Amino acid sequence: MAIRACLGLMILLVFSSTISTALFEDQVGLADWHQKYIGKVKHAIFHTQKTGRKRVVVSTEENVVASLDLRTGDIFWRHVLGKIDRIDQVDITLGKYVVTLSSGGSILRAWNLPDGQMIWESILQVSAPSKSLLHVPANMNVGKDNLILVFGGSSIHALSSTDGQIVWRKELSTNSLEIQQVFQPHESDIIYALGFIGSSEFVAYYVNYKTGEVLQQSKASFKSGFCGEASLASDDVVVALDASRTYLVSISFRNGVINFQQIYIPDLIPEFSGKATLLPSKYNGILAVDIASSIVLLRVKGVNELEIIEKINYPSAISDALPLSKEQQAFAILQHDESRIHFKVKFDTDLTSEVLKETIQMYGQRGNIEKVFINNYMRTDRTHGFRVLVVMEDHSLLLVQQGEIVWSREDGLASIVDSTTSELPVEKEGVSVAEVEHSLFEWLKGHFLKLKGTLMLASPDEVAAIQAIRLKSFEKNKMTRDHNGFRKLIIVLTRAGKVLALHTGDGRVVWSVLLPVLRKSETCGNPFALNVYQWQVPHHHAMHENPSVLVVGRCGHNFDAPGIFSIVDAYTGKVHNSLVLEHSVRHIMPFPLTDSTEQHLHIVIDDNLHAHLYPKTSDSVKIFLDEMPNIYWYSVEVGKNIIKGYSLEIKGEQDMAENVFQPKELWSIVFPCESETIALTATRKMNEIVHTQAKIVADQDVMYKYISKNILFVATVAPKASGEIGSATPEEAWLYAYLIDTVSGRILHRVSHQGAQGPIHAVVSENWVVYHYFNLRAHRHEMSVIEIYDQSREDNKDVWKLVLGKHNLTAPISSYSKPEVTVKSQSYFFTHSVKSMAVTATAKGITSKQLLIGTIGDQVLALDKRFLDPRRSVNPTQSEKEEGIIPLTDSLPIVPQSYVTHALQVEGLRGIVTTPAKLESTTLVFSYGVDLFFTRIAPSRTYDSLTEDFSYALLLLTIVALVAALLVTWALSEKKELREKWR
Amino acid sequence: MRSSAALFNPSPPLVLLLPLLLFSHLLPRALAADLGSGDGYTIAGRVKLDGATSKESGLPAKPTNIKVILNGGQSISFARADGYFSFHNVPAGTHLIEVAALGYFFSPVRVDISARNPGKIQAALTENRRVLYELILEPLREEQYYEKREPFSIMSLMKSPMGLMMGFMLLVMFVMPKLMENIDPEEMRRAQEDMRAQGVPSLSSLLPRSN
Repeated sequence: MAIRACLGLMILLVFSSTISTALFEDQVGLADWHQKYIGKVKHAIFHTQKTGRKRVVVSTEENVVASLDLRTGDIFWRHVLGKIDRIDQVDITLGKYVVTLSSGGSILRAWNLPDGQMIWESILQVSAPSKSLLHVPANMNVGKDNLILVFGGSSIHALSSTDGQIVWRKELSTNSLEIQQVFQPHESDIIYALGFIGSSEFVAYYVNYKTGEVLQQSKASFKSGFCGEASLASDDVVVALDASRTYLVSISFRNGVINFQQIYIPDLIPEFSGKATLLPSKYNGILAVDIASSIVLLRVKGVNELEIIEKINYPSAISDALPLSKEQQAFAILQHDESRIHFKVKFDTDLTSEVLKETIQMYGQRGNIEKVFINNYMRTDRTHGFRVLVVMEDHSLLLVQQGEIVWSREDGLASIVDSTTSELPVEKEGVSVAEVEHSLFEWLKGHFLKLKGTLMLASPDEVAAIQAIRLKSFEKNKMTRDHNGFRKLIIVLTRAGKVLALHTGDGRVVWSVLLPVLRKSETCGNPFALNVYQWQVPHHHAMHENPSVLVVGRCGHNFDAPGIFSIVDAYTGKVHNSLVLEHSVRHIMPFPLTDSTEQHLHIVIDDNLHAHLYPKTSDSVKIFLDEMPNIYWYSVEVGKNIIKGYSLEIKGEQDMAENVFQPKELWSIVFPCESETIALTATRKMNEIVHTQAKIVADQDVMYKYISKNILFVATVAPKASGEIGSATPEEAWLYAYLIDTVSGRILHRVSHQGAQGPIHAVVSENWVVYHYFNLRAHRHEMSVIEIYDQSREDNKDVWKLVLGKHNLTAPISSYSKPEVTVKSQSYFFTHSVKSMAVTATAKGITSKQLLIGTIGDQVLALDKRFLDPRRSVNPTQSEKEEGIIPLTDSLPIVPQSYVTHALQVEGLRGIVTTPAKLESTTLVFSYGVDLFFTRIAPSRTYDSLTEDFSYALLLLTIVALVAALLVTWALSEKKELREKWR
Repeated sequence: MRSSAALFNPSPPLVLLLPLLLFSHLLPRALAADLGSGDGYTIAGRVKLDGATSKESGLPAKPTNIKVILNGGQSISFARADGYFSFHNVPAGTHLIEVAALGYFFSPVRVDISARNPGKIQAALTENRRVLYELILEPLREEQYYEKREPFSIMSLMKSPMGLMMGFMLLVMFVMPKLMENIDPEEMRRAQEDMRAQGVPSLSSLLPRSN
């Protein structure tokens, strides 16, 4: 009895100590890393005048406004605005507030410069979102309330910079006015606003800065029209381009009298052809024109007198003017030449000589220079020194000062389009473990320190030492494959067309390559990156070769634009092969099939639904033709509300020769347009591994999962409720969820949710679907689970049938046979809006699953699948409890400790990717958005390995203690025995 | 009705003065109302983190990055230093407001803007259906993202598998003989005889005898 009680106590203790799965604070950074980015910089404002920390305030294409440390490039603070809240302009006012104008000139916000706290926000009434200008007067009289002027739509708003109150508002014109240039002559209360009405009328307004009164207004129309670009040349001359972009139009507007002068560009620049662009710049009497091959600097001498000063050959970039004094302005010219940048600074007063000339060596591929922002500083000898902030083609940001790159930020990583993973090379022989682990003594010392840490006996210094040892762990950053499969390369494709390989150990960039085919060229004007796939994964045959990835892009945003392929070595980043395809790319289907060199077969469906096979080798064609009768695919036409299923066939000799396959329509499902629109489709991951079809439930009963790779989950919503929350009433909203077999087109299950609407997020895995939507009736988010079971195998539970061999367990599962399926489903409330959803994946599929939910707060929550089990009931029976069924609650629990991102945020979260590690218990999780976050999680704890925290020293200590105890008791018993014998 | 709440002014004191009607005002839209881009209502409220300084989560005591999200990301507003936030040009209907502040758990708020009765706004927490008379959003709880490390104690050592092993051994060593003593000697002898009769191999018989 006593033993039993003892055992019970022991088991209880063991369990009570192992319930939690969360992270301790000192474990942060052991298995995870977090990187913060901002995206491609659009505007930059330096703040270096005052003593103290020098910073640069930037706004980016990811709608981020951030303050960066000018010395290191680190982020002081950062805000990610909403998706539709595009930042138009950014400036600094009063020397302490950052002002951002966003949403087409309708929202003006001020942020505190030191800490980024929002100070005020002001909403401007803009008739139509249009090009907007922010004008912050430069003459800073401290103490005086400065007005901020916003020109947008067809009105001017003047706001107080201290509290954002609208001081005055002036409607200029009811027509489509677009203000191009605003300036304020020094020490004057008059603002000049120049712009175009429609496409052919030029207008100049003189507005009183204090009251908003329009003092004078002059209009004139120009026959051939303007293209909408203008550059201010001097206080009374503005230069514009005409509609054909071949004439420069200089407009003088002195005293309200407008005069036009046309200058034919080829007369001025003989080699000009094509179209010109005016570079936005504010120089005194200088104009920068971008003609296709170079940038030309022109001096404006009078209304009709232009003179070429300098031609700067491509690739190059030119900065805005930086006023140094009243008379003098400086600007920077950066020219690109292979791997070097020539950096020149000139004064507008003397254009023939350079103030500064430096050559900077560039490392890595960053493409051309896109933008330059110049800033000056005082040298110790009271002369001006210059630094420039450079935005490169790959969206990276560099600070150049004194002939070198002071810091660089890889900000292309803020716009990841797609990602995949690659294994690292196998460890070469000859490198012994002894060399890796410094010495046994060091190892023991480390563990002794750890033991002290676990026993809470360590001093603060020792705690720091322990932390350093753990974080710097050489083991996790090695460039070779590890036993547990934790070390991998994450290969990401960014919007700029750059491919980067990140090491899972610490997130460093192992290699990066800006793909030449994804750069702007004459053949491909507007390329953009689509996807990245595994192309070659050497296993057995091509072991000596490095794995490679396939990068797919498209020449332009239309579906019929030609596709782009590029094959990149996964270990080195070398581009093996790249080509612009003759056909478009609509879908890509990677196959598990490989050819003799282990290249994965890919089918590209073009816009005409023809299928093209890659790689185009005879070997792959042969393999493919064998499999072709078994290949089915489907296309979802969201706009037409149709899902169609196809197989492939060969028609004629020509197709055979070119490896083009024709689609053969098998089935189609048409959703009624008036009641349903397709909101979302989701499928299982192609590479998902399911351990067993059987699911043992309580009382030794068995249920068989319906596992098919061809399940497609489709969610449709009412057309009225296809917008955002708040746009529909519960009565006019509904959601249908379908499970469709994509081979036969059979609808396996259909369920309706009345009063529900999107946005919908779904995850399909094994035999279940989990989807998240909004319930308008309860006005809460909901998550539903559908599990689908195979009924035809239900009878196999009979032991006698198994014994007599009458079971159908070995019968093949086919989509052709009509499956008898049963479906279980359940719904639960979920607190947060969801941005992205994924499910954990493990090597063998044995470990239980967790859902990874990217919440609206940019955190990633791990939610056990057990919470989304349709068999949950309010009062589970004893046997169900033993099985692990959780009593039913109406909402899903949010346990703060189960946020895999712990106290971090993945700002602008867009995607979560899971990859199995080699260790069955563990999944690698990579989530991306503006930030990147990587960690590894074990949904059922690391049952198959000792944790990193495992204290070997404690184990040794225990063994020693046990041996000592053994010896002592042995000696004692000997003595006792001897005494007994003497007695 | 339109004139009743023509207060387009995000200044905090004024907002606080409206106790029941939730800071709802029809914007003075005279111009360009037909364009449809600018009409709607204003939702203004306050995020309150009073005294709730999360010392234990290791986060800064006063987060500067509090986002208030309308309708799952349709528009995002930021709370000012005093916690006030506002959404503009929101159409009539039922909306959802969520607060994202690291370290705190906020309930989403259901906000009804009446179309029939312009300017009337009702709000309720969706988690516990509590009706809000003022749009002051307070966290339901603080969130601790990390497991707390237990300070060193004999108990935690005991709980570890090795501690349990030792404890069990000690238990057997010292408690078992005591238990044996309590058993009636007669019964003991009988049991021993039974065991001998069954021939259960005892551990001692397996060990090589020294003498």
